Amino acid sequence: MTAASLVADLVAAFKAQGRIVIVGASLAGLRAAEALRDKGFTGSLTLIGKEVHEPYDRPPLSKQVLKGWVPADHTKLPRMRAVDADWRLGVAATGLDRANREVLLANGDKVPYDRLLIATGTRARPWFNAEEAKLEGLFTLRTSDDAAALQAALHADPGRVLIVGSGFIGSEMASVCCELGLPVTVAERGDAPLVGALGGVIGEIAAQMQRAAGVDLRTGVAVEALEGDAEGHVRRACLSDGTTLDVDVVVPSLGSIRNIEWLEGAQLATGFWGLACDAGCRAFDINGVVTDTIFVAGDVARAPHVLYEYEFLSLEHWDNAVSGAQVAANNMVSLETDRCPHLPLPSFWSAQFGVNIKGVGVCSFGDEIVFTQGSVEDRRFAAAYGHRGRIVGAVTFDHGKWLEYYGALIEQSAPFPPPPPGFDQPADTEPIPARFPDPRVPTALPDVVLTGHDPTSRGAEFRP
Amino acid sequence: MTRAEIAWAEAMKYENRHDPYPFFDQLRETPVVRVSENTYVVTGYRELLALAHDPRISSDLSRSPIGGQGAEAEAQPGTADLDGYGHDASIIVSDPPDHDRGRRQLMRHFGPPHSPDVIPNMEPDIQRLCTELLDKVKAKAENRFDVVDEYAYPVPVAVICKILGVPPEDEPTFHAWIHDFMAGTDLGPDAATVEGQARARKRVDSTAALAQYMSDLINRYLKEPGEGLLSKLVNDSDGPDGAMSPKEAAANGILLLVAGHDSTVNTISNCVMTFLRNLGTLERLRDKPELIPRAIEEVQRLQSAVQFFPSYSATADIEIAGTVIPKGCAVHLMYSAANRDPARFTNPNQFDPERPDNEHFGWGSGIHVCIGGPLARLEVNIALENFLRRVENPLLVVDPPPYRQSQVFRGPAHLLIEFDRISG
Repeated sequence: MTAASLVADLVAAFKAQGRIVIVGASLAGLRAAEALRDKGFTGSLTLIGKEVHEPYDRPPLSKQVLKGWVPADHTKLPRMRAVDADWRLGVAATGLDRANREVLLANGDKVPYDRLLIATGTRARPWFNAEEAKLEGLFTLRTSDDAAALQAALHADPGRVLIVGSGFIGSEMASVCCELGLPVTVAERGDAPLVGALGGVIGEIAAQMQRAAGVDLRTGVAVEALEGDAEGHVRRACLSDGTTLDVDVVVPSLGSIRNIEWLEGAQLATGFWGLACDAGCRAFDINGVVTDTIFVAGDVARAPHVLYEYEFLSLEHWDNAVSGAQVAANNMVSLETDRCPHLPLPSFWSAQFGVNIKGVGVCSFGDEIVFTQGSVEDRRFAAAYGHRGRIVGAVTFDHGKWLEYYGALIEQSAPFPPPPPGFDQPADTEPIPARFPDPRVPTALPDVVLTGHDPTSRGAEFRP
Repeated sequence: MTRAEIAWAEAMKYENRHDPYPFFDQLRETPVVRVSENTYVVTGYRELLALAHDPRISSDLSRSPIGGQGAEAEAQPGTADLDGYGHDASIIVSDPPDHDRGRRQLMRHFGPPHSPDVIPNMEPDIQRLCTELLDKVKAKAENRFDVVDEYAYPVPVAVICKILGVPPEDEPTFHAWIHDFMAGTDLGPDAATVEGQARARKRVDSTAALAQYMSDLINRYLKEPGEGLLSKLVNDSDGPDGAMSPKEAAANGILLLVAGHDSTVNTISNCVMTFLRNLGTLERLRDKPELIPRAIEEVQRLQSAVQFFPSYSATADIEIAGTVIPKGCAVHLMYSAANRDPARFTNPNQFDPERPDNEHFGWGSGIHVCIGGPLARLEVNIALENFLRRVENPLLVVDPPPYRQSQVFRGPAHLLIEFDRISG
């Protein structure tokens, strides 16, 4: 028997008899399960999900669901194929025993694995004051249950709605409130909405959009306290500028928390920004040694990226969950030479105030911005971000059809500013500072973050 | 002549219309290649994708050597006045911001969010038409019929007339004009022949007549608003972009009238032809009708009803895949050729209705992607469902069938089939 045939036999045997466990039954978990079956894995497959719901799509929750167009339980993800799996829904994973290769569940069960995929994602950052967090009328938005509750509250004819934080989700919620005709205040600690993800130049445009739509946008202020009535329903918010607001609904939208607590004691490279893995989705242990059996995908993953000077990138994007899951699945059932890298070009979209915002790359890696196409005044334009003379990101407002072009430039690390278009040139085509906030200034956490070069949690720093 | 120039000339010759693909394969040896002093042809998938999204590539015909401006156009017989689609620029030969504004004005009366029901509401009409047309074939009590004339053409032309508000009784008149317009637009060596020159002359008159017809129709709707998109286009000023000017509406009216049915005719015919060429396909699609939409996409990849649209030109020197396209040159994005790029599609010449990841260019790419795609898909689906269900044991009588003259809007002129009977 040759070495090559022995190895091939090993792979075939694993695909037939191996045991794979996926913790996290949302987008990444489902797509990984499908990809595993696509890759010929016929062994046992278990999906563990904390929520009782079948895998569902989250982007509509802050848009179509809140608006009332689609019920919260109607965003189930389409299935790409049948997946023969043991679904353990409604039971959280509470621990990982790496020595015995077992996942521990909240109900006391132990699920053995040969390969493990961690896709536990994130949860909404809760209100910082635990007492106030118990008030009726206070909501966060991450799950479909959250969306159902908030949707009901918004359609119960409330008085003022207060959104705390104006990242993409906060801004989308403010937009829905406007469409529903509700009075809405947005309180943002930074200078403008979207400032963490897109910088101050674009933030200013986003602020104009909010105000034009009737949002009471207050920047540079924090919400310091919430007060309830006798029934325990939130009625007042106290702002850091000394003003108070009468409110009936409060939605903190302050970014997310990685679900890594269940891995405590497992000696993996977990930290504030998630679980570090290599570009092939293999998890690092706490000393930066790559593991053989544990893989990571989706929002909880943090991996070095060639386009961004090999800094570890934390990415809460929909397509990152899909492509990460597919790469992880492939690499779980392949040996060295058949493994592939997960080097996504980040891409994102948002719908707010009648504008379709789409982008590629890591805009916050840039320090300059240039408007490349269209009209800022009409809020239909494309803009590119530059860092040391090369293009690193791009954002479009109602100009998404051009993203392909900018994506290709970013992948090639093409010079910044890019060459001028042959038509529809903006009034001003000079690069200007992009005005990203100082990382130490508190604002809602952006959903794309470069987190330094250290695979262990010790060196992970906040660097927008 | 260079090898690429020869291959391009062969691909454009009428005698090769039934199968230009071997010449596209030759051209693709250099994915972006010069085929004349001021014309470059793009046959690679990656390269086409990049250029279709490159804002240095213009669709404004007046900037292209193809556009009939000055002496350069004279040097390319038959290509002058390609914008016979209308005398004011229609959206397909315009750049942003005019293109974007025009497309928004059109979409307002054609699709979501403002008019989400226009296309779905056509379904009963399409069903009825397909039923009636097959009943008519059945009533002839013959065992053969021409899929193009008796089935593929009447459905889309009736549908687009209704959507636009073009009187259906005018169909024979504009049908002849559109035929001349298509046949007289020749980008290949046949344009220089006596027949080619005659076709080009005929084209000029017919194009003028078509433009006059559309402009009269628009003027009628201005005076007396009626049903349909054309009337709304010039009368509805409630939208954020206001009403469209009558001149622009006429240009776009011609675009929608022509493109709104012609390529759908080709797609239905191409589908029937491809299904009949590939044994077992009919049975497979009858067993699994849910495969029909994917089968249509696969035919669109293989046969691309619009092979390319020769409006593009470079506004700057553009370096791509080792070639520099000089500023001012025409750039033909060959959708049909890129759709068979073996670097993108495995076994590219093979018909596979279950082909995974079939992101082809059969509906174009970039901001000019087919505006009528959703309508065409509905029409083609219903037409094929009815055909598959009712026509028993169909066979191609002539293969390859005779083709229409146009290189751009490529499809069978006639598609004769034999069958046992029409059921139902």
